Amino acid sequence: MLELCDVYKTFHPGTVNEKKALCGLNLRLGPGEFVTVIGGNGAGKSTLLNAVAGVWPVDAGRVRIGGRDVTGLPEYRRAAFIGRVFQDPMLGTAPDMQIGENLALAARRGQKRGLRRGLTRAERGEYRDRLAALGLGLEDRMTVRAGLLSGGQRQALTLLMAALRKPELLLLDEHTAALDPRTAAVVLALTDRLIAENGLTALMITHNLRDAIAHGTRLIMMQEGRIILDLAGEEKRRLTADDLLRRFSAAAGEPFDSDRALLADD
Amino acid sequence: MGFAEYLSSLDPQALLQRLPGYAAQGVLWGVMALGVYITFRLLDLADLTVDGTFATGGACTVMLILAGWPAWAALTAAVAAGLLAGLVTGLLHTRLGIPAILAGILTQFALYSVNLRIMGMTANKSVSVDQYPLLLSSRQIPRAALIGVLLAAALTALLCWYFGTEQGSALRATGSNPAMSRAQGVNIDAMKVLGLMLSNGAVALSGGLTAQYQGFADVNMGRGAIVIGLAAVVIGEVLCAALFRRGAPFAVRLLFVAAGGVAYYLVVGLVLWLRLNTNDLKLFTAVIVALFLAVPQLQARRKSSFRAADRKEAQPRA
Repeated sequence: MLELCDVYKTFHPGTVNEKKALCGLNLRLGPGEFVTVIGGNGAGKSTLLNAVAGVWPVDAGRVRIGGRDVTGLPEYRRAAFIGRVFQDPMLGTAPDMQIGENLALAARRGQKRGLRRGLTRAERGEYRDRLAALGLGLEDRMTVRAGLLSGGQRQALTLLMAALRKPELLLLDEHTAALDPRTAAVVLALTDRLIAENGLTALMITHNLRDAIAHGTRLIMMQEGRIILDLAGEEKRRLTADDLLRRFSAAAGEPFDSDRALLADD
Repeated sequence: MGFAEYLSSLDPQALLQRLPGYAAQGVLWGVMALGVYITFRLLDLADLTVDGTFATGGACTVMLILAGWPAWAALTAAVAAGLLAGLVTGLLHTRLGIPAILAGILTQFALYSVNLRIMGMTANKSVSVDQYPLLLSSRQIPRAALIGVLLAAALTALLCWYFGTEQGSALRATGSNPAMSRAQGVNIDAMKVLGLMLSNGAVALSGGLTAQYQGFADVNMGRGAIVIGLAAVVIGEVLCAALFRRGAPFAVRLLFVAAGGVAYYLVVGLVLWLRLNTNDLKLFTAVIVALFLAVPQLQARRKSSFRAADRKEAQPRA
């Protein structure tokens, strides 16, 4: 579903701030794989997701989604294949537009936007049902501006928008990091459900090692712009946090940067 | 002259007589305000092209009518010229990465020369309603007002429909959250260019109508137009918010923006009637716009500010 071949990206090349963010990264995701991504600060996790989403062009290498080479496509054209949820709950929705209008925008991802109605009556019914399934009571607030929702509600809405028209790839960039632990758990459960129900292929960055272990079918760990650990199947299922830290030290030759990697139980 | 003398010299009759004229002129500026609303509120861009575009609309209309075109055809061509001006600003901004405000200033600056060329290198061209079939004129104020109202209403209806379409929704999303719009597959650069074009098209229409109303086009007729447009937008919004406390539907908000033009010109009429110095009119307008634009900030500060926090700490706790 996703294939990254020897991808390089350097920010601010030739300056004192030069940062080699991706150094010959290779990654292949099969259909239905749900990969959690962990790594310390500056390991290249977000850069990986941005390279896939096409936020900027890569310096070298190829990016393929569903067999198509998208290396030369800008962000808004790759959006046809990709659903995204960001860390900042503000980023995922248009605050000045209604909940229904936001969903309608997402429903037309990848389609030509012409002079047909931006939100039809039939769609309203569909979105009502979908919102009701979230269990957050949003179905009765379809005409409320998204800017009036709480962070958790916005992330739930953004998730629904991302999964609305089954994307070939779902990119989650620490999408629960800005939420309180209880809301984060609700959004994570919703994430699991939407991925399972729609059989989505997903990449999820998290700074919480327990979440990385508990969710998904595969786990990759990044350091200095490369993947240094890649666990799947039975190996991933039996993984514990202590295991993971040991494996990291062995692979990286240094202890895991645990300042940000939360091992808390909540 | 004493104050009593000054008061008795004011003639209420004269004010009443002149108000319809100001209202008519205001409706024509309301069309311009609708254009400014698209960029300023929906796209969140301050587009200064409009000062030039307003004169371009006037110049095109007058020159084409003088060349024997029917008024409606001349106005259509003026709108096309406005779209083109918006396209230039849009491309300067999106393709060349020039900040929107500077891109607008550059186009506006260039349009001064373009407008002079359109008018055959003269700064002022008149078109007499006696010799040419104008759509409207200050000689027949009721007719001018009616045509102005009809056109403003038609434009409002058109914008209402458009911003409810898929494309119009994408345009609004671009102004509301560009990052989200890109992630949802919206070509936000194209949307910005489109919005700037639509806006300048409306402004050129307003310029073409105004030129016919006053019977001439002048290369300086658009000077400060953006400020008057903004004045109309903010006055309209404040009136709308005061009357619809729970928020008004989009169509109503647009109508209030157009009506903001009328409100502005009625105030101008009042100022002129009070025989205040007309040279102070621009200062007066700028102060009004600054005040209205500051309202949200001032309201927020009343709720929470460092000074208020400081004062609270100084008070003994109850």
